[in-house]
Amino acid sequence: MVKGKRKPLEEIRAALAPYNKVLVTGCGGCVSVCLAGGQKEVNLLMDDLKMLFKQANTPKHLKGYTVERQCNRQFLAELDELAPQAECLVSMACGAGVQYLAERFPNMPVFPAINTIAIGVDREIGIYEEKCRACGECVLAYTGGICPVTRCAKCLFNGPCGGTNKGMCEISNDIPCAWYDIYNRLKDQKRLGDILKIQTPMEWRNQTQRTVIQEGYEKRYAGR
Amino acid sequence: MAMSTENTHEFKSGSNLEKILKAGHFAFTGELGPPRGANVEHVIEKAMPLKGMVDMVNITDNQTAMVRMSSWAAALIAIREGLEPNYQMVCRDRNRLAMQADILGAYAHGIRNILCLSGDHQQFGDHPNAKGVFDIDSIQLVAMIKKMRDEGKFLGGAEIDGPPRLFIGAAANPFGDPFEWRVYRLAKKVQAGADFIQTQCCFNMTKMREWIKQANDMGLTEKTYILVGVTPMKSLGMAKYMATKVPGMDVPDEIIKRIQGVDKKKQADEGITIACEQIAEFKEMKGIAGVHLMAIEWEHKVPEIAERAGMLPRPKV
Repeated sequence: MVKGKRKPLEEIRAALAPYNKVLVTGCGGCVSVCLAGGQKEVNLLMDDLKMLFKQANTPKHLKGYTVERQCNRQFLAELDELAPQAECLVSMACGAGVQYLAERFPNMPVFPAINTIAIGVDREIGIYEEKCRACGECVLAYTGGICPVTRCAKCLFNGPCGGTNKGMCEISNDIPCAWYDIYNRLKDQKRLGDILKIQTPMEWRNQTQRTVIQEGYEKRYAGR
Repeated sequence: MAMSTENTHEFKSGSNLEKILKAGHFAFTGELGPPRGANVEHVIEKAMPLKGMVDMVNITDNQTAMVRMSSWAAALIAIREGLEPNYQMVCRDRNRLAMQADILGAYAHGIRNILCLSGDHQQFGDHPNAKGVFDIDSIQLVAMIKKMRDEGKFLGGAEIDGPPRLFIGAAANPFGDPFEWRVYRLAKKVQAGADFIQTQCCFNMTKMREWIKQANDMGLTEKTYILVGVTPMKSLGMAKYMATKVPGMDVPDEIIKRIQGVDKKKQADEGITIACEQIAEFKEMKGIAGVHLMAIEWEHKVPEIAERAGMLPRPKV
């Protein structure tokens, strides 16, 4: 799922300085799971902001509302009455949610409160690890289920570079070498043949905005 | 082997290195790092001691991810100074369009050798938050240049008006993990089209002997020319730094002990002695076609090292 991390409070405060009525919107989807932008985090952010504005003698009207998901039009519709009562919106959703919210209320300033970091997994509670860069041309089949695009610092497709250091990446002793892990996993599965072949240059599919139309829906959306 | 140096079509590129290797001579190549500025004098100063001492000089490409004069530009200065350059190209800083454009431009200006590298990660350098390009990797770069040269086609498939006839090089690090994979990575580079290989600085002779044996057994040394990287240690400090701080470097304790065992003033001399002993062994080792001397920021010592290693005079081909 999408993983994010809240922006520094000062950055959010500075963005809101010119406005008196602010609606902070949370998202019950991915960013709620990674403890960055759900209902609980909306409340925490509002408490922090209220305190800051009070200290600065510039109290503001802050309201909070969390929708099921900000990446869906039906859920955003819940904000249709509330949003126009504010002077600006804060979104605690991922970058996609922020944009969909801004698209729904095109006359209102919208400020992101989190930085969207990655598509990743829950390593532990509160620890999330990037796993996918959404390159659009998945190669996991031949790399033993380990992504070289995400995990190899040099995005190599043909095996470890010369910098592999006791199984770690040359950029840090704390980062495991993706290709060292790919090699060992395929070796254990007796599939090393998969990486002996030369992998030809990647056809990058993520260089322009992409729209997905699933099979079965092509006719319905033909011409869009 | 009878050769006509006039007919370049006997050769893939007609570069001096290619002719030396094809004639069966033991090649000896050097390295020159471009300056951190547009200081032409600096390049000339570094080029002078290399003249006549080596068959070709690698011109590094933003090495250690620090901005420097571009490799092709410094290579042109090297040509003017009477050296044959080896244009190093890393995958970190250019996408496939820029790479192919630079390859054509370099060839048009008389560059005949190229070395394909992944490149040190940008995090090491002076612009750590730069966007690393890594559009294609070093093996794909080798294959792309081979396609440009032999098929006269761009990676995208279109015809090239005047294909670049380059002698294609790649790097190999026999000391990286996992060791048993290294010869297969070499095999991939050879399959992709590497005419010659220059290895990482070699200090661990045991591993090098084993790796070359594997390469011989797989028939790889018949298909490519392997030049082993040799770096003389200038001091104990350098030896310790190389042992602990440089990724992928394998410096056995015996090397450090030997440098440590001599008077501080004689450490540089001991470093050169070790390098010469290595070169002597490589000259006799089956499957090794030459030595690539990386005298890091020590270009002025190259004549002395070349002399002591019995590499002079360099053959004229």
